[in-house]
Amino acid sequence: MKLLSFLFTSSIGRKVLMAVTGLSLVAFLLVHAGINACIFFNDGGETFNHAAEFMAHNWLIRSAEIGLFLGLLLHIVQGLSLTASNNQKRSSKYGASAGNANSKWYSRSMGILGSLLLIFLVMHLKHFWVVSRFTDAIQETAGSTLFDEMVVVFADPLPVFVYVIGCISLAYHLLHGFQSAFQSLGINHPAYSPIIKSIGAGFSIIVPLVFAAMPIAMHLGWIK
Amino acid sequence: MSKLMKLNLKVWRQKNTNSAGNFEEYKVDASPDMSFLEMFDVLNEQLIETGKEPVAFDHDCREGICGMCSMVIDGRPHGPKQGVTTCQLHMRSFNDGDTITVEPWRADGFPVIKDLTVNRSAFDRIIAAGGFISTNAGNAVDANSVLIPKDVADEAFEAATCIGCGACVSACKNASAMLFVGAKVTQLSKLPQGKPERETRVVAMVNQMDAEGFGACTNTGACAAECPKQIPLSVIANLNREYIGAKMNGK
Ligand code: HEM
Ligand code: SF4
Ligand code: FES
Repeated sequence: MKLLSFLFTSSIGRKVLMAVTGLSLVAFLLVHAGINACIFFNDGGETFNHAAEFMAHNWLIRSAEIGLFLGLLLHIVQGLSLTASNNQKRSSKYGASAGNANSKWYSRSMGILGSLLLIFLVMHLKHFWVVSRFTDAIQETAGSTLFDEMVVVFADPLPVFVYVIGCISLAYHLLHGFQSAFQSLGINHPAYSPIIKSIGAGFSIIVPLVFAAMPIAMHLGWIK
Repeated sequence: MSKLMKLNLKVWRQKNTNSAGNFEEYKVDASPDMSFLEMFDVLNEQLIETGKEPVAFDHDCREGICGMCSMVIDGRPHGPKQGVTTCQLHMRSFNDGDTITVEPWRADGFPVIKDLTVNRSAFDRIIAAGGFISTNAGNAVDANSVLIPKDVADEAFEAATCIGCGACVSACKNASAMLFVGAKVTQLSKLPQGKPERETRVVAMVNQMDAEGFGACTNTGACAAECPKQIPLSVIANLNREYIGAKMNGK
């Protein structure tokens, strides 16, 4: 255990943990976006419900879910505590600042973007994860599916609004975070870094767009 | 001789480490051919002539190699130009009638001594913790007896151009010293002479860096953008790599 304590105590170790958990979340998002995009088949959620059923009953997926949740928790706690400690390193503030001259605003706002994501996540998990895992509301026997739940939730404009804000925050969080994670793990190379940056930018734009399209399309009744 | 520029200065005045400090406004006429420090010399002569306390600021070589001239100018360490120190910045980079804000590096790891001078001995303690190599005394070995590939020598040399000025810390939102430490660790870890202490060095230097009150790295890139020697962000990736490797070996 002493071997890994640096992941919680040293400045570099703490960023290694941020990067590893962050990249696991990125991998999860890819699967999540892929499965949910099945609603765009516009088949009354049939394909989507099939995929969701598979994910819910496969033991491998369910074990990975525990790891994912632990990782998410570590990412959130470490991210917020790291931001708090970093903010304490300059007691006397600058009179003039020119942040945009040397860095991107979203790279300096990872804590705020992450906090916006957290607000979205609490609402999101309550809507779908808690309902499907811990209540009997969504069961084939009860005649209700995850797709039906989406239809109900996104009929209300407030969740649609919060989800879209969540997706925008995710886009900017990843626009910096994706490539940053590789740098934190020590990967920076003239041949590979441009490729990593391009993939990161593509991922950060496409995945949140696909996610944002879901509540919007459902709210507008485009998907039946 | 070119026409004098009329400048308004807002300069940070602070009596000592423990006092609060505030901005004072001054007017200076400067030639566009002066360096920023020469403009400050003119200001200080004005202040002395009128019986006021001159502004304390650090400087030594005035040619971009000692790393002493720590000034944050309009929010940017070493001013608006890339790849130059304050002493190499010319007044022609500004316009007649400009108001220029000048303040010290601000970081808890660099306490202000007076006005624009800060105490950067934290960097010395980080170097003392591991920024050295061990060598046997005796006759100098023939320089060509240790073969070093050209690309490795170039990388080490690029990192070695760091002058320890601290602009990276002052630019970083976390007041992180990662670019400085990355440069030093890269320079020493690349070369065969630095190999015996490679793993103990990186751990000792990072521990000292954390103990001095510098923040962690968010990879915003502000440090490299403001570094007068244009040390690249890749030295931080190298530092991370060296550190992770050492930790994996139980160091
Ligand atoms: C839910 C709340 C979240 C919070 C509070 C949060 C917070 C943070 C913070 C503060 C950082 C920057 C740490 C630093 O460099 O100082 C960060 C980095 C990162 N986050 Fe998040 N985050 C959240 C969710 C997510 C999600 C959902 C993903 C992925 C899908 C993600 C992926 C990343 C990545 C890849 C990094 C870069 C790691 C690095 O720079 O090494 N985060 N997060
Ligand atoms: S890395 Fe650049 S900014 Fe930082 S101390 Fe060295 S020369 Fe100065
Ligand atoms: S005075 Fe030496 S670098 Fe500026």
